[in-house]
Amino acid sequence: MNTSDAQTSASQDSGPQAAGKPTEAGRRSSLHTLLRDPQAVISAGILLVIVLLGLLAPLLSGHGPNDSSLDAVNAAPGTEGYLLGGDKSGRDIFARLLNSVNTSVVSALIGAGIALTIGVTFGLIGGYFGRRVRGVTEWLFSLVMTFPGLLLLIVLLPVTDGDYRVTMMIFGVLLSPGIYRLVRNLVVGVSKELYVDAARVSGLPDRRILRRHVLSVVRGPIVIAAAFLAGSSISVQSGLAFLGIGSNEVASFGSMIADGFTNLYEEPLQFLWPSLFLGVMTASLVLLGNALRDALEGGRPKASGVAGARTRPAPAVPGTTDAGATGTASGLLVVEDLTIAYPTPTGESKEVVSKVSLSLEAGETLGLVGESGSGKTQTAFATLGVLPPEATITRGSIRLDGRELLGLAEAELRKVRGTSIAYVPQEPMSNLDPSFTVGSQLVEGVRAATALSRSEARERVLALLQRVGIPDPGRTFDSYPHQISGGMAQRVLIAGAVASRPLLLIADEPTTALDVTVQAEILDLLRDLQKDLNMTVLLVTHNFGVVADICDRIAVMRQGEIVETGPAEELLVQPSHPYTQMLLGSILDEGTVRTDAPADVLVSDGGIPVGTETS
Amino acid sequence: MISYVLRRLGTGLVLAVLVTLITFLLLCTSFDDVASTILGSGATPEGIQAQKAQMGLDRPVLTQYADWLSHAVRGDLGASYFTAEPVRSALSARLGVTLSVVLAALLLTAAISVVLGVMAASRGGAVDRVAQGASLIGFLVPNLLIAIVLVYVLAIELKWLPATGYTPFAEDPGSWATSIAIPVAALMVPGIANLTAQIRGAMIGELRKDYVRTLRTRGVSTRSVVLRHALRNAAGPALTVLSLEFVQMLGGALIIEKVFALPGFGSYAFDASLQGDVPIIMGITLFGVLLVVCVNLAVDLVNGWLNPKARVH
Amino acid sequence: MTTSLLDVSDLRVAYPGRGLRARPHEVLHGVSLNVRQGETLGLVGESGSGKTTIGRAVLGLVKPSGGRILFQDQDITHVPPKVRRSLSRDIQVVFQDPYTSLNPSLTIGDILSEPLVVRGASASGARTRVRELLDHVGLPADASARLPREFSGGQRQRVAIARALAPKPRLIVCDEPVSALDLSTQTRVLDLLIDIQRRTGVAYLFVSHDLSVIRHISHRVTVLYRGDVVETGPADRITASPEHAYTQALLLAAPVADLVRQRERRAERRRLAAHGPSETKAN
Repeated sequence: MNTSDAQTSASQDSGPQAAGKPTEAGRRSSLHTLLRDPQAVISAGILLVIVLLGLLAPLLSGHGPNDSSLDAVNAAPGTEGYLLGGDKSGRDIFARLLNSVNTSVVSALIGAGIALTIGVTFGLIGGYFGRRVRGVTEWLFSLVMTFPGLLLLIVLLPVTDGDYRVTMMIFGVLLSPGIYRLVRNLVVGVSKELYVDAARVSGLPDRRILRRHVLSVVRGPIVIAAAFLAGSSISVQSGLAFLGIGSNEVASFGSMIADGFTNLYEEPLQFLWPSLFLGVMTASLVLLGNALRDALEGGRPKASGVAGARTRPAPAVPGTTDAGATGTASGLLVVEDLTIAYPTPTGESKEVVSKVSLSLEAGETLGLVGESGSGKTQTAFATLGVLPPEATITRGSIRLDGRELLGLAEAELRKVRGTSIAYVPQEPMSNLDPSFTVGSQLVEGVRAATALSRSEARERVLALLQRVGIPDPGRTFDSYPHQISGGMAQRVLIAGAVASRPLLLIADEPTTALDVTVQAEILDLLRDLQKDLNMTVLLVTHNFGVVADICDRIAVMRQGEIVETGPAEELLVQPSHPYTQMLLGSILDEGTVRTDAPADVLVSDGGIPVGTETS
Repeated sequence: MISYVLRRLGTGLVLAVLVTLITFLLLCTSFDDVASTILGSGATPEGIQAQKAQMGLDRPVLTQYADWLSHAVRGDLGASYFTAEPVRSALSARLGVTLSVVLAALLLTAAISVVLGVMAASRGGAVDRVAQGASLIGFLVPNLLIAIVLVYVLAIELKWLPATGYTPFAEDPGSWATSIAIPVAALMVPGIANLTAQIRGAMIGELRKDYVRTLRTRGVSTRSVVLRHALRNAAGPALTVLSLEFVQMLGGALIIEKVFALPGFGSYAFDASLQGDVPIIMGITLFGVLLVVCVNLAVDLVNGWLNPKARVH
Repeated sequence: MTTSLLDVSDLRVAYPGRGLRARPHEVLHGVSLNVRQGETLGLVGESGSGKTTIGRAVLGLVKPSGGRILFQDQDITHVPPKVRRSLSRDIQVVFQDPYTSLNPSLTIGDILSEPLVVRGASASGARTRVRELLDHVGLPADASARLPREFSGGQRQRVAIARALAPKPRLIVCDEPVSALDLSTQTRVLDLLIDIQRRTGVAYLFVSHDLSVIRHISHRVTVLYRGDVVETGPADRITASPEHAYTQALLLAAPVADLVRQRERRAERRRLAAHGPSETKAN
């Protein structure tokens, strides 16, 4: 029973993401990935060496950082006992460098440590517990955030008394709001996850949920942030020391750079060494942070440009395929031999649609039916020319009214999309731009597809809104998407689709996200519009009831292939393919009402095998 | 709307009071040093006490703060302990310098980051790699080193720009621009690195959203999809980052002003702090907080205009 | 007459309104229902009906603003966290989305053994029990070393069911447990739930928007509309000849995969919409 389960729904995700999911267990692999990443290994190695150098400072150099000797003033590098020479006060540059490393490490530890301790603690509290607690923490941290950080550090000089460690503690407090917000957002996100609810229902105490479910999500980003915090602590400490803030007794890159700067023309090396060390240290931390991010968060999103706009390789031209009958099939929309592939992480490509052929006569409604991952939506997107850029159409042909669509330039395709093909999406809310009024989005679409003026387009949109059954078109026109209901939003999207009187309407699960009573109304509307405008409709759905309600013909897809096509009245009654038979057999209809009596509680002990008593 | 602005300004004032109060409480631990600095070397403990009493520094801290606040509300921020120069006029004179540098850096940062971030996200490929590389360098190199390198190359070696000094805008706009060019550039680098990464990420997220696809199926141009729709939705989070950048830059300006000998807040604050000149420190803190409050309010208002859901009624 | 396991009376739930001065928004306006031992009560309604909120109130995930929830004659409307945790032995949940209801970073074995360990089971005892549970829901024993993302939606939902079964509960709240699944998977998961009920006598409070799913698994059905109970009755009566106009509309609105019957239903639905009460107009 579960084997077929695994086969038929190998990927419940529709679309390409399913192909891109790594399958090997990745829990322990993040450290492994990190060790194989040269950027991580090298930057961590450099840091380790530098820190070691600092720790071994007393052994490596014969002088203290503040020992000065008249003989060593501006001594040349390589002078006996002065590996890198002496500075203008006669101090050993090498010894000062190593001690500056220690100062930096201490600064980084204090700054990052304080910021993390405060930020993570309050982030967990503010994120996990109710709104009232969050209100308080939120207010506290926005207060801290308003402190102009460095200004405060300088202003509080009389208080810190020049001790850079106290300064770094204050700096840590000033950095903490960033960490607080990071953690708080992550925790609020996790708390909304159903698995945290499930853990609560399982009887787990809050402390355990925080530790086990919440902290594990927060851990990665915190490690990454720690690297950046350490880097900025070092930068700030050096900056302050450069300005001469703090004790002269403490060796610091900043004060060395300041000394070197005044001596730049005579002894440029005195300036170079501390700058180099400082640069290498902070750069290593940032690079390590980036490498950690890639390893723990699976890489940053790649920019892929505007989806599908450019990067698609030229598809096979009809005639070059082996389909001998190419060009002979007739119909308003003819899809032949369409094959779509996505790259997998291993570098191979996976076909999500294989050799699909469809044809739609003018004025007919075809239902493209399949379960998730069957490739039905990908077929629809290919027809619209809006596949994501990672997708490649490896072969096939899509002709609308005899014109080949594959291989058209984006500008050409845009004209076709605006005027001849239209699209009704599944999820009404996410398909409207939240920042623009409903009316202005529709007007923009109409004006992109026609030569109408703004006011003419407005008139047409208002008429359309009326036509799709919106009670108060004027008010809806001026509403933002979040101000209207899902059913209304779907009517708006249908209005947007039919605005330019398209020949072909592609509706991708247009009622799946809607309540069943709203679904019935939307199906009525689609049927009426189809008749009025004599449109051809390609309806993508998983619901045979919807198909029976509205479609003339049906094509059944499974794992990227079409298994069966036929007129609705025949296919629903006498499916010939076993898969179609199985799908129709799974429908829960009136015959499946439950008739057995409630289970007798007394037999329960015979039910779940009694294993270890867990109480 | 107006009531919202007033309410926000009200909270801003409360915030200013709190921040100055905390600063004052921290500063009061160093009043002994102030007195001894004024008296110079050889100050006796009795002398210090007498000096503090004369300046009113021996009163209860909260009384002193209330005194300062009641004057501040009337626009009187006191005078420097050392030069007797009124703090308010001194700060007003220096505000222009700091604001020139910070606002110029902020606006340029925003403009450059938008261009870089949008191009990186909408073009992908080589443009994206260049933008990411540039942004990484901004993160990698400490602000201080960038400033020094810029001075060294542009002012000392090439002599294109003055290394130090400031010309007021009213005096000579051209010289004003060249006098703040290097400080502004040095301030911008980390900001651009941060903001470009933010905008790029947000734009990539927006361009993958459903509404983008739907707009494209209606024949709307790529240009409009990217610049009108996606950018507007990506701008909200970017603006928040920008307001945080402002706070950063205000702090960064202090170091930069010191390096380039600009007569702004920074050098003033620096000298005052070294001496423990409490009225100046308090005045600067107040100005700083009020600036941040104003910029945050402006950012929230723009955000509300951009995002109808966040709009306040 | 079977005794009542769960008794909900006059339940009210209000969510705080947005903003400072906004009034609370009441989503349940006094709902009463009861679940008997070993039976399935189907809770059907559209979005905004409050059906999910009832389940969450029973689970203690939202606080009722009024009314009373009795479980085995114990008042559990407002109980301290400790009592609530001990209730978890008797009341469990299966959520709608099998992708977010399992922590992606824990193995199936960890997910299933965690609630057992919290209750003091030994490591080896928990392991044995996990193997039994996996077997019970038809998953292979080696599943316990794997991560959720290696499983399909249907299989993940089996894991969620196993987790709910772990403490041998008396009642499982099923919140749309099959609506994220494909048709063929849906039926198998429903059959598994029925099978488990027959064997163990656990009761289900089964929340769904889909009358055909409700009909398949419920003994009795309660229909909700905008936070009020519309009608309650035996599943066969409610899903064949409902009394209330809203239930009739709900029944007729769902299309069936039969051209002739669908045409008749459509006509019937339009006739009702034209003459009957216009409650279906609500979006």
